[in-house]
Amino acid sequence: MLFEKIKMKKLFRNKPAFCALILISIIVITAVFAPFIATHDPSAQDLPRRLSAPSAAHLLGTDDLGRDVFSRTVYGARVSISVGFFAVLITLFIGVILGMVSGYFGGWVDSVIMRFTDIMLCFPTFFLILIVIAFFEPSIINVMVVIGITSWTGLARIVRAEVLSIREREFVLASKMLAVSKTRLLFAHILPNAVSPIIVYAAIGMSAAVLTESGLSFLGLGAQPPMSSWGQILMQGKDYIYVAWWLSLFPGIMILLTVLSFNMIGEALRDILDPKDSKI
Amino acid sequence: MKNKLIPFLFLFFAACSSGVTDKKHESPQYDGAPVYGDAFITAIASDASFLNPILASDTPSGAVNAMLFNGLLKYDENLNIACDLAESFEVSQDGLVITFRLKRNVKWHDGKPFTAKDVKFTYDILVDTNTKTPYSSSFMLVKELEIVDDYTVKAHYEQPFAPNLESWGMSIIAEHVFRGTNFNDAPANRKPVGTGPYKFESWQTDQKIVLKANPDYFEGKPYLSKYIIRIVPDSSVQFLELRNESLDSVDLTPDQWNAYDSFFKSYDKYRQATFSFTFLGFNRLRKPFDNKDFMKAVELAINKKDIIDGVLLGTGIEINGIYPPQSWAYKEIPKSEYDPKKALDILKSIGFLDIDNDGYLEYNGKPFDFTITTNQGNKQRELSAEIIQQHLKKIGINVNIRIIEFSTFINQYIAKREFDAVIIGWSTTLDPDQYSLWHSGQTAPRQYNFLSYNNPKIDKLLEQARTTFDMGKRKKMYHEIQDIMYEDPPCIFLYFPDSLSALHKRFRDVKDFPIGVGYNFIEWWTPRAEVKYSFQE
Amino acid sequence: MFNYLIKRLIYSIPILLGITIITFAVMYCTPGKPTDMIADFNIKVTSEAKERLVRLYGLDKPIHEQYWNWLKRIVALDFGNSFKDGRPASQKIIERLPATVLLNVLSIFLMLIVAIPIGVYSAVQRYSLLDRILTVMVFVCFSVPAFWIALLLMIVVGLWFGWLPISGLVSFNFENLSFFAKMWDLAKHLILPLVVSTLGSFAVLSRYIRSGMLDALRQDYIKTAYAKGLSKKQVIFNHSLKNALLPLITIIGLSIPGLIGGSFIIETVFSYPGMGRLGYDAIMARDYPVIMGIGVISAFLTLLGNIIADVLYSAADPRIRYK
Repeated sequence: MLFEKIKMKKLFRNKPAFCALILISIIVITAVFAPFIATHDPSAQDLPRRLSAPSAAHLLGTDDLGRDVFSRTVYGARVSISVGFFAVLITLFIGVILGMVSGYFGGWVDSVIMRFTDIMLCFPTFFLILIVIAFFEPSIINVMVVIGITSWTGLARIVRAEVLSIREREFVLASKMLAVSKTRLLFAHILPNAVSPIIVYAAIGMSAAVLTESGLSFLGLGAQPPMSSWGQILMQGKDYIYVAWWLSLFPGIMILLTVLSFNMIGEALRDILDPKDSKI
Repeated sequence: MKNKLIPFLFLFFAACSSGVTDKKHESPQYDGAPVYGDAFITAIASDASFLNPILASDTPSGAVNAMLFNGLLKYDENLNIACDLAESFEVSQDGLVITFRLKRNVKWHDGKPFTAKDVKFTYDILVDTNTKTPYSSSFMLVKELEIVDDYTVKAHYEQPFAPNLESWGMSIIAEHVFRGTNFNDAPANRKPVGTGPYKFESWQTDQKIVLKANPDYFEGKPYLSKYIIRIVPDSSVQFLELRNESLDSVDLTPDQWNAYDSFFKSYDKYRQATFSFTFLGFNRLRKPFDNKDFMKAVELAINKKDIIDGVLLGTGIEINGIYPPQSWAYKEIPKSEYDPKKALDILKSIGFLDIDNDGYLEYNGKPFDFTITTNQGNKQRELSAEIIQQHLKKIGINVNIRIIEFSTFINQYIAKREFDAVIIGWSTTLDPDQYSLWHSGQTAPRQYNFLSYNNPKIDKLLEQARTTFDMGKRKKMYHEIQDIMYEDPPCIFLYFPDSLSALHKRFRDVKDFPIGVGYNFIEWWTPRAEVKYSFQE
Repeated sequence: MFNYLIKRLIYSIPILLGITIITFAVMYCTPGKPTDMIADFNIKVTSEAKERLVRLYGLDKPIHEQYWNWLKRIVALDFGNSFKDGRPASQKIIERLPATVLLNVLSIFLMLIVAIPIGVYSAVQRYSLLDRILTVMVFVCFSVPAFWIALLLMIVVGLWFGWLPISGLVSFNFENLSFFAKMWDLAKHLILPLVVSTLGSFAVLSRYIRSGMLDALRQDYIKTAYAKGLSKKQVIFNHSLKNALLPLITIIGLSIPGLIGGSFIIETVFSYPGMGRLGYDAIMARDYPVIMGIGVISAFLTLLGNIIADVLYSAADPRIRYK
């Protein structure tokens, strides 16, 4: 179906996307095996050696409490990647369900859902995030939830459009005649056919979530210490940018690479999965 | 949210100073006679709200209003109460009447003379229940404000109240400017007319406020022609602007203070002790935080020196009490010791034991942890919390940290007593009265004794001290308060941070007074050759 | 067409109402009161004084009454007075508009100028080395956290080289400058915020144009055009580009709310007096009238943007007809 060999091959042949895939794998492995990769305890403080430059003892230097920046960046991968991952999961969950329901049932259900989507779209994202965050106390879970529940609108519209066209196809009519249950029809028959744009949206969504998280860190709405995301280390580095460049440089690069990789993969997938594409 | 300073005490840099200076070069006192000209450019982090000292309570507005307005009284360079708009004042024997004789040569910025009517008007506005002022309380205690003649007023009180003298530092506003307008949104709130050394020139929202020298100022025309306040919200950017020499003065963080000397080629650095303290407070309404021994153990387990060296980089002092050394009420109190072993022993004696050998203590057999909550935006508090977290981990106490946006923090946590422990600070007045902070009657949801501190002896002393005018007797009472608090501390005092700032070297006659470096601002000047900004007069 | 417009406008009313209700409800549930910033943690302010402030701001009334009062005033376009400084919220918002719109209009222009050539080139020379490099470059720009690159630029261009001012909208002696010096001064201050705010946005647009161009190039009429013997240049610029640019209308329509929304991060870093900072400060200070004002205005503009985009779209593309 989706990842037929030929498509996988295409993905691998797209060099930037291939590099991006490798990079993402490295980052994910780093996140999973953080305890084995980190050279120090990420929360171990060494106050006399605060803000020391990169050296053999501290590969990427230390932060304002003398903690090892390398180890914190490694552990930060866990936070940042999981924020991205779960935020996207929430986005997919809400966006896909609302989009499918809206597209499949049509009528007043469609009207209500789409008007609600319109309302959500009318709020500038950051304004919305700020308002929502005012409800919750800052924590990593809430960051995921907030990003998730504010970024599903585009997806809902895309899925709705896909479903609208799919539901007119013969196989749907056939299933209907065979009295397949609605849930089964939606999830087993319609959803797989609408999966390409969803995957592309997810890849781009990952990158957007990681970026949004760093923006939220700028506002001080992120994970709670001693846990740290890349966005927070970067933010922490902002205050010392003139005395300790390493504190903001490395997490900055990590964010850049991660966001870039997910985007490249998303782009490549869009190219490959595009049914209109007649070229090889 | 930075510490708040009371506007009328806000004297340009910080309320007060211990006279510690880190001056690399002493500006020659006389390179010729002072000349007029040049401008002084400083930065604030957010825009002012009201350029009306009655309505404004934010630090930025306070900083601007301090240049535009005067009170009847002020603190002089040595932290004593002195006359400002008043020529003299006297307190009656029984402490019930304060008589102010006003200066006769004072003019408002629009040329009209300043008289007793203005004082009366200011008082009336302050006690008017429709005025959106946060400063009404001290003036509600005034039974009557009597105009004796154009240049004499008498304030009559129901009962003697010592801190009231300080409250007359409240800036006086002009009657003729506000008469007939709706005070809360009068046009003059954005186009102020005051008596101060600088006159209002222009205000561009979120960009800058420009003031110009007042040629008729009763203490003489300031030498620096303009006083410009730029609004630069990000502190890192403020520092970049300083390095670019496009700002003449900014507040520094401890790390900026200790940054490379080359950053400060054209600047002098000033360090001033403050009247604000940061503490770790426990919620006595919860167990086991009501237990004195628990707090004692936590205090023993925290190495305060680590916090002062690691967070403040030494730019602050450790004091085990509520007054800094520059306060007349200060009494030297032994510092707390750092002794994690002893801390552990105490904890064991009150029911903390590591039963399951996981490295963390259990309380009465159940897993134990507590949460330190602090407000977002104060880096020093956040870092202190993280250091304390590590210190307590060493003796097996599991601490969580929660950093909350200021307004939520106040409402959801402080006001509702929804916290185990908080790190927060108080910027106190120069007057040592701290009745509202520690008196057991001040525990309603929005009152300030949110730690629910309750010590009958302290209550009594606080009550007595604020009705005593005799300095000697008052001082004794405050010393006693500090002694009792040493035995029964209301919280764990962490540090008194210094306020740090940089000032451009071209200004002459800058003096470092105990009250702060900006005290003689009107005497500052720049030699012709070094003038940076010129204006057509 | 006219009927369509009327229908759209009527549709917009419940959406607008919905937005105000949601904003109001969220705000009401948000912990904190506007009097906090003024009153709390100021040792001189007693609890009686605070109660008095709460009453004077009308915050002791029940929520539906507060909302109803607000709604009544909004019909007369009165957003109420800001709690922070007592000025009308609408005035505070209008005051920010010029600077915000200036930055964002310029940013959209810059975005178009950069994105269109990149998008066209990437589509025409698909899979060429330069296309790949451009694609990566575009995404690199998109992927940099804004405040980080802003600070780096300030240090390098502002501090090290001293080419540009670090922050602010104009120099402090702006009023005394001649007209041209004024323009020059303003331009110098605008460059960095402009670059940073454009960096993140042209990626999306150039990808849109690229895929639009690719779509257009696959169409039959392009083949016809080639068959007619037109040069590649003519085909690309006269035939495909026009069609590829159609979606731009939607994108620009969608960017109208952003036009006045501003960006808190960029404005904060560059000390730029825009709407983003106003909104953020208002939220932090619980300045309800200002929050509601911004919410309503930006929602209104979004809806308006959508409608205008749809109308323009139908005007530009004869295949689309609204009933």
